[in-house]
Amino acid sequence: MSEKEIKNLEEIFEQRIANDEKIEPKDWMPEKYRKTHIRQISQHAHSEIVGMLPEGNWITRAPSLRRKAALLAKVQDEAGHGLYLYSACETLGISREELYEQLHTGKAKYSSIFNYPTVTWADIGAIGWLVDGAAIINQVPLCNTSFGPYARAMVRVCKEESFHQRQGYEIMLTLSKGTTEQKALAQDALNRWWWPSLMMFGPTDAESVHTEQSMKWKLKRKTNDELRQQFIDQTVPQADLLGLTVPDPDLKWNEERGSYDFGAIDWDEFWQVVKGHGPCNKERMNARVSAWENGAWVRDAAIAYADKQAKAKEVAQAS
Amino acid sequence: MEHQSLYQYLLTLGDNALILGQRLGELCGHGPSLETDIACTNIALDLLGQTRSCFQYASKQLDGKSEDDVAFLRKENEYTNVLLVEQPNNDFAFVITRQYFFDVYHLMLMEWLSANSADETVKAIANKAVKEARYHRRFSSDWMLRLGDGTQESHQRVLAAVEALWPYTQEFFVPSEAEAWAASAGIGPDLASFKAAYYNDVEALLEQATVPIPENPYFQKGGKQGRHTEHMGYLLADLQYMQRTYPNMTW
Repeated sequence: MSEKEIKNLEEIFEQRIANDEKIEPKDWMPEKYRKTHIRQISQHAHSEIVGMLPEGNWITRAPSLRRKAALLAKVQDEAGHGLYLYSACETLGISREELYEQLHTGKAKYSSIFNYPTVTWADIGAIGWLVDGAAIINQVPLCNTSFGPYARAMVRVCKEESFHQRQGYEIMLTLSKGTTEQKALAQDALNRWWWPSLMMFGPTDAESVHTEQSMKWKLKRKTNDELRQQFIDQTVPQADLLGLTVPDPDLKWNEERGSYDFGAIDWDEFWQVVKGHGPCNKERMNARVSAWENGAWVRDAAIAYADKQAKAKEVAQAS
Repeated sequence: MEHQSLYQYLLTLGDNALILGQRLGELCGHGPSLETDIACTNIALDLLGQTRSCFQYASKQLDGKSEDDVAFLRKENEYTNVLLVEQPNNDFAFVITRQYFFDVYHLMLMEWLSANSADETVKAIANKAVKEARYHRRFSSDWMLRLGDGTQESHQRVLAAVEALWPYTQEFFVPSEAEAWAASAGIGPDLASFKAAYYNDVEALLEQATVPIPENPYFQKGGKQGRHTEHMGYLLADLQYMQRTYPNMTW
């Protein structure tokens, strides 16, 4: 294809996105669009399956049968999200094995929030309330993103996430209405999860490298700082309702802006975790890699068995 | 007296589901593939649902108890699950073999209860569970075949699991006091009558999976009487952790 022809295709492509048309896997797309989408969708898929680990940590110790069932179902939903996000990603011409390889070698990232430990039951409530709450704010705009398979996956993901968020908030509500010890568990969890949740929206706009292009392709509709502000404004009244204190002495309602002012985020901590040195980065990666490696003989067995069955069928048909 | 007997019988039904569900719950996020992870979690969820139905009904037999009291606040020797279900997740071959050995029995039991139990609530619980048990058995049978007739490694691993878990299969068919009471009241089956059909099914599948049938004639029992293997205490330490650390609270 000549340069002119490519340029022409690119113009048509950008026009389609501007017209809110969906791009489908078999449509022509610029290489950069394909790569950016593989990066973002796989990062999202990896976050879902790594995210199963901190919460899975409490399945065996959940305090009641009802909570145990709800937590199991939630973690299973995350596996499901991972599955259809990987599938959406595979339509862009990359295999699941390659995607796992990128995760296991550290080439691909996942949400840093999952590198924090879940040390009490209240963390399960805090994750649902704050982490899923932040995820929803990040993800709802993606239901209208330009790449069809991703947009459709996000519609379902968001529905389930908002259910998880209510469930998490309900755990926090139960704790905050409970005994002194339970209230202390809830407050301690908020103390530990608040700042990492704010970091989930990524670096400040001034530092963010992918924003402009992503806006054009509708992979992003608001900036990191706008989304973070939205999260804070939405979450602070919920904390008030729980009777819990947000661990930010600078947090204050700003009448003029109609928003909360908040204290400085510790970006050194953010970058430390992103670069692989958070409290649980190594544990999370070890858990994923060993699940994959220990499962190799199982996956091989399934393939070998399917081959044998196929051959037996051929022989039976030939005779 | 009758309440007490029914309570004990419901424990034997619920404990198998609870303890196996707990074991499967340990695996969530660590399976060999996303698909098997989702399937094992599904089975755990079904079993946990059955546990809740059994314990909600059990708790009504004793004044002032909740399903969670029944599930979390007994001593080890008061749990009446069979020894098979508490065996650890050594590898995926153990997980599947344990599941398969349980599922064949579980489906027979649920089919009988849903068709014949004289207790309407037990019948209704089994009526829902029978569909789930049918799916579980299909899942574990399919994997027994894949592992048995897959690669040399998978064959060796499933062989080891079958040999290790085989001695725990006969306990199903030796009725406890509560099960004998249930049989005499028409609430539960005569378990001994399941035995021939169980081994017929299991041996046929093992043959198809090219796994030799173990010749070991020695079997283990005691779970139904509360005498458990060394694994049980650790499993309960996790299961009961919150209820023991923070007693008398609502979650």
